Amino acid sequence: MPAVNTKRGNLLRNTGFYIAAFLTTAFVATPILFALLGGFKDNQQLRENALGLPNPWNTENYTDTLSSDVFWQQAVNSALIALATTFIVVAAAAMVAFVFARYAFRGREVLFMLFATGLMFPFAVAVLPLFIILRTMGLLDNPLGVILPQAAFGLPLTIVILRSFFRAIPGEVEEAAIIDGASPWRFFLTILLPMARPALATVSVLALVGSWNNYLLPLVVLNDSNLWTLPLGVDQFSGQYASDTAKVLAFVMMAMLPALLFYGFAERHLINGLTAGSTKG
Amino acid sequence: MGRPADRGGKPSRRRSAGRPGAGTIAAFLAPGLVLFLLFVLAPILFAAYVGFFRWNGLGGPPTDFIGFENFTNLLQDKVFLGDLWRVGLLIAGSLVIQLPLAFGLAMLLHQRFPGRTVFRLLFFVPYVLAEAVTGVLFRLIFSERRGFADSLLAAVGIEANVGWLSDRTVVLIVVFGILTWKFFGFYMILYLAGRQNIPDELYEAAAIDGASDGQMFRRITLPLMGPTLRITVFLSIIGAVQLFDLVFVLTGGGPFHASETMAITMYEQGFQRNQIGYASALSIAMFAISFVFALFYQRFVLKRDLQGGLTGGGSNGGDR
Repeated sequence: MPAVNTKRGNLLRNTGFYIAAFLTTAFVATPILFALLGGFKDNQQLRENALGLPNPWNTENYTDTLSSDVFWQQAVNSALIALATTFIVVAAAAMVAFVFARYAFRGREVLFMLFATGLMFPFAVAVLPLFIILRTMGLLDNPLGVILPQAAFGLPLTIVILRSFFRAIPGEVEEAAIIDGASPWRFFLTILLPMARPALATVSVLALVGSWNNYLLPLVVLNDSNLWTLPLGVDQFSGQYASDTAKVLAFVMMAMLPALLFYGFAERHLINGLTAGSTKG
Repeated sequence: MGRPADRGGKPSRRRSAGRPGAGTIAAFLAPGLVLFLLFVLAPILFAAYVGFFRWNGLGGPPTDFIGFENFTNLLQDKVFLGDLWRVGLLIAGSLVIQLPLAFGLAMLLHQRFPGRTVFRLLFFVPYVLAEAVTGVLFRLIFSERRGFADSLLAAVGIEANVGWLSDRTVVLIVVFGILTWKFFGFYMILYLAGRQNIPDELYEAAAIDGASDGQMFRRITLPLMGPTLRITVFLSIIGAVQLFDLVFVLTGGGPFHASETMAITMYEQGFQRNQIGYASALSIAMFAISFVFALFYQRFVLKRDLQGGLTGGGSNGGDR
């Protein structure tokens, strides 16, 4: 018996499936194709031939973007901030999740609840006071002013996911390590973390994507355009070249490309992370 | 009791090599705890404090204590009340259109048919893109003076003479459409995961008992997907309350506040007009709305599903 679960599922099976699937595909793909193809047009083509393929194909906008220092600078800034955020949040969260998962100590439940409530803090709520705190600490116009708060706000979800993974590792593994004389640090670093590689990959992907796409925090923290990340840069670029839509589209497309490629490579981890993060308590 | 501790004079505490003492545990907790206290808890407590002052954020700590004035002003602020109304509309829209669409597509993609993996991969693409970049892209698509959206409609014979982003009534519909484009794939993925967790045996058994497809859907699929459905409703509401990036880049909240969200009002008051006290009160109002809602929802709706953490997987770093 195939897994048919609805009456309509049966009827739709052949044609209906594809009609719905292709309609949705068109809905999803049209804006992205507009950016991709629009980047290959010039502005006259964009006006007169909005829907057709570029004719002639005009590569200037893309080569301009790829040879612009601004684009690369922003891509590198985004990447460095994302990597640093990911490293910090995963390292700190793994340590916390480790003791939460493996040891009983006074205050454990209270602390866990404290972190878990963090899941309900919308970031926008904190951004204004955060700005003032960062100003007091002298972290404005400093990548750390983006990295540290991002890492801090990533902690709750990362801890929740890692804790449930660490819990699932059988106690015998730890007992064997203890008999061999391993300290908690050694057990954590040389045995637990390597075993947890799939979970670490999952939370890392979540942190990377979250940081790469963040806009509000870099917007308020980074004034110096040399420090800007891609989301800020795209917004600014589109204002600066407001009359040159084709050029902006190429820039937008190039800014989306890393995320798309990354999704292509890490799709499974990303989706595992999102489903685990939303359903595991 | 294992062997007695050889150091510290506390023979009652077991300290074999693998049992960490309080110091070790504290060391493991320290980096995470410091980060969390400094950058998550402190800002929220600070906002709660500053919300009771009139303060422009400059020249030392706030001194002009005004009690609840910021909060009472908030309740008379037409923009803020408008924000609440618009959040309500967006939430209603997602519950009636966005989530059912995602659910339907998940049911569809759960069936076995050639190409379904490709479709699943595709439908999720918008979720991966940065909201701000998405905002720029759609600003160009819906630009005035015959943008791409107009050309597309003209191709199917519709001459839409509307200012997509400049008409006060149209703009919110456009925003909702873009939000649907951006987020339905996320909910679809959650529904798919929920559906895949239902064992096939249940359907096989029901089929043997002669249940129809409709009965199976009502009696097996819907109830067993309850937890997932409730979580997505939660995420979608929390996401609407904190909406910022996409709308800010797309319209800046305009025209005349017609697409403004609470976070945008907070940004304007706090960062553009230096009304730090007032903006803090607004932050606290946002926090209170999501917190009270989350507690309520967790207590009365999700209580059967989980005993603890919820996530704000929606937007932003932590974002989100």
